[in-house]
Amino acid sequence: MPVRMRTALVPFVMLPLAACAGRQSALDPHGLQSDRILHTLFIFLIIAAIVWIAVVIVLGIAMLRRKRASDRPLALHLPFEQASGRVVLGLGLATLVIVLGLSIVSYAGQRTVFAKDGNALTLKIIGHQWWWEVQYEGDSPHQSFTTANEIRIPTGQPVKVELESADVIHSFWVPSLTGKMDLITGQTNELQFTAKNAGVYRGQCAEFCGLQHAHMAFAVLALSPDEFGRWRDHENENANSPTDELGKQGEQLFRARGCALCHNIRGTLAGGQLGPDLTHVGSRTTVAAGTLPMTPATLGAWIADPQHIKPGNYMPKMPLQSDELIAILHYLEQLK
Amino acid sequence: MSMAADERELRDDGLSSLQLSTRLESIWRTPSGFFGALMSVDHKVVGRRYIVTAFAFLVLGGILAVLMRIQLAGPEQTFLSPDKYNQIFTMHGSTMMFLFAVPVMEAFAVYLVPLMVGTRNIAFPRLNAFSYWMYLFGGCFLWISFLVNTGPDVGWFAYVPLSSLQYTPTKRPDVWAQMITFTEVAALAVSVEIVVTVFKLRAPGMTLDRIPLFVWGMLVTSFLVMFAMPSIMVASTSLILDRLVNTRFYDPSSGGHPLLWQHLFWFFGHPEVYIIFIPGTGMVSMILGTFARRPVIGYPVVILSLIATGFLSFGLWVHHMFVTGLPQLGAGLFTASSMLIAVPSGLQIFCWLATLWDGRPVYRTPLLFVLGFIVIFVIGGLSGVMVASVPIDTQVHDTYFVVAHFHYVLIGGAVFPLIGAVYYWFPKITGRMLSERLGRWNFWFAFVGFNVTFFPMHLLGLIGMPRRVYTYTADMDWAHLNLLSSGGAAIFAISFALLLVNVIISLRSGALAGDNPWDASTLEWATSSPPPPQNFDRIPVVKHRDPLWFDNDSLPVVAGLSVERREVLLTSLAEAEPQTREASPEPSLWPLITAIATTIFFIGSIFTPWAVLWGTPPMAVALIGWFWPSGSKEDEE
Repeated sequence: MPVRMRTALVPFVMLPLAACAGRQSALDPHGLQSDRILHTLFIFLIIAAIVWIAVVIVLGIAMLRRKRASDRPLALHLPFEQASGRVVLGLGLATLVIVLGLSIVSYAGQRTVFAKDGNALTLKIIGHQWWWEVQYEGDSPHQSFTTANEIRIPTGQPVKVELESADVIHSFWVPSLTGKMDLITGQTNELQFTAKNAGVYRGQCAEFCGLQHAHMAFAVLALSPDEFGRWRDHENENANSPTDELGKQGEQLFRARGCALCHNIRGTLAGGQLGPDLTHVGSRTTVAAGTLPMTPATLGAWIADPQHIKPGNYMPKMPLQSDELIAILHYLEQLK
Repeated sequence: MSMAADERELRDDGLSSLQLSTRLESIWRTPSGFFGALMSVDHKVVGRRYIVTAFAFLVLGGILAVLMRIQLAGPEQTFLSPDKYNQIFTMHGSTMMFLFAVPVMEAFAVYLVPLMVGTRNIAFPRLNAFSYWMYLFGGCFLWISFLVNTGPDVGWFAYVPLSSLQYTPTKRPDVWAQMITFTEVAALAVSVEIVVTVFKLRAPGMTLDRIPLFVWGMLVTSFLVMFAMPSIMVASTSLILDRLVNTRFYDPSSGGHPLLWQHLFWFFGHPEVYIIFIPGTGMVSMILGTFARRPVIGYPVVILSLIATGFLSFGLWVHHMFVTGLPQLGAGLFTASSMLIAVPSGLQIFCWLATLWDGRPVYRTPLLFVLGFIVIFVIGGLSGVMVASVPIDTQVHDTYFVVAHFHYVLIGGAVFPLIGAVYYWFPKITGRMLSERLGRWNFWFAFVGFNVTFFPMHLLGLIGMPRRVYTYTADMDWAHLNLLSSGGAAIFAISFALLLVNVIISLRSGALAGDNPWDASTLEWATSSPPPPQNFDRIPVVKHRDPLWFDNDSLPVVAGLSVERREVLLTSLAEAEPQTREASPEPSLWPLITAIATTIFFIGSIFTPWAVLWGTPPMAVALIGWFWPSGSKEDEE
């Protein structure tokens, strides 16, 4: 069972690994929707437990009770046959009442969970094999930006995610906040949820999507509205220019060694569209779509050999000298 | 054909018992030798092969399950590569669903239904042989592909677009889709045979309300197969077409849609669960009646429940698609329809409980498995009610909760009754009893192992573990429960090893069974164990639902069937009144030849569309050979 953690969050601070652990549980709700679902689940669970225990008790009594003596299998006792027929039908009727009742409970829960709010913050999430593209849509075009594998949202405000897929079917699932919804090729699905508490919640792809389905996670950081506003303003800006010589060298190598063919860094010449946007990669909490916590060591290991960490993913192993790797790493770390 | 008796023809009323036995045996026996064995159309021979093959696939599928449990026993394990793991979980699901669960139920039906309804062979026995060969070749095709690293790796429901050529540009999904075609052909053939056997070949007097419950179950199942399979046939064929000749059934950029696949698949896939489960309930009813020492209470209720389950099973496929963005009200209605199936299932459980309540249970191994079934299956049914709820499903869909749920339903609902059925009917099939002592060990290992393996998965799903992940990181808090589950899998695997040992030992040295070791009530126990090729020397006449209990000492019989050729008695559908004598086919090699030609056609057509052209003439030749008039008496008339 995950431990409830109420880490006070400071944006732009690399979070330790533990902060994103354990927060992927339907039993540990931090959202209005997940709360309501857990509520419904408990009602079902209690009724299911009662029914099961009743069946097992009846079964036990049937096995243990003393039976009247009778030699022939067919020496039937007619009144008992009729009485048991009535009991069976009565229990059948009770089953019907229970399932109809549960259907209503379920539908009531469904109405709440899927209720729509017009004032929701809108995000577009596009599933890729095996990472998440996240687009924030602002009121005006210059307030829109793209990021990847990490979603930051304000607490207390409904968030609407529009879900699309660039390739195969994926499923967006942050159990601590709400249930899942598929990202289906050729259609746009919508999901709304509201985080009640600040915190880091882990999400993961829940629809089998190929080789690295197991390593397609993401983090949802629920921040106070003020913090969220500050983060959003910062995220909207172009990438930081490298401040030192090594960083500048890294920026050049990022283009020269082919990284820029796939990755976009806003405000620089790197404009690739195939891989995750890296404009503020240094401020993210995980590497390789939730596979590793973000540290200089893990990011370096990832760039050095992505195929070792996530075999079969579409990021090739680039032939980098160790000093080149250090320079690129240094550059990326500055992209806070 | 005419009902007028041919004066010169020898009938069974003109012979002594011994003469009759000998004559019938020589007419009905399977020819000797290797080719003789390949020619067999005896439902018992084909049924035995079917059962053994299905259990072989169970062992293979089980080994894959153990490999997965080793991989998942701890975080970040590298025992299996992601590519291997994805092939293995796909192979596990496909093998268990298509090569084990459905065929094994059909296998038991092929063996038992003709005996239970008191006839000499299944309807369309050559089709039956063909069905077995198709099943065998389809299964081998899938497994050989897997062994040469071309095993499907897109999940047992092969969702597009992942299974499309663009995202899986290998032959793996084609192998999967064509394996489906093989098993569809086999299953459809058996279903037709079962329906016709039940409708037309019942012993005189076996009116609709005297049919054994297992036979009723198989009748309903056969109809489910006939209505559900065409849907998957359309789905898998269009997938192959998309992949092979660039049709665009599932391509959204050309007006196709990935959800079309899901609708077609689950319109088959949900009834599929009941295709597996309903025969299991039939086995439960038979075993329970025998060992509770009284007929099952509420016979009509059980039958109506089976039929209701059959109808309802076609109205709830959408609950597999609750998170695909369907309209909310529609999804809510499918919640209600899905939960509704608890009513007929519940009614059956209540009937069984009442039967035990009133009966004087004899606790032999088959009954132990039935009791285990009740305890486990009720959990599976109740977790099914939970996943039917849209809001709950949005959390548990595609997680280990669902994995737990469907193993509780399928292993609890079908495999436990099936193992009980093995203990129950093994004496009839082989003439020897299985060891009771080993049977008890087998049961307890199975019961404990199963629950330790699968119960923790409910919790794993709720704390966030998605299904079909080849590994998980150490910080996810899933390691302990996964280790527990893997330990349970080891215990569960031992239970199957015990069953295997029991079968091997008992085949050599088990106690001789005699005709009716359990003092059961239905007709399969009225003949010797194992039954002779003709099943019954004289066709019984049925006057009661439990003939061997009611007509204890002298079962009345029919007289007047030919002893010069294979002949079965046709009776009317409802009242089972004798209508006519009908010839039953002789052994033939043509079903095997046809199956080989069909196999070449099927396998060829995943490599080149031209196989449709050059693959059909051999099939046509084989079919012409199959149906070539043989100059039998019936043909002349």
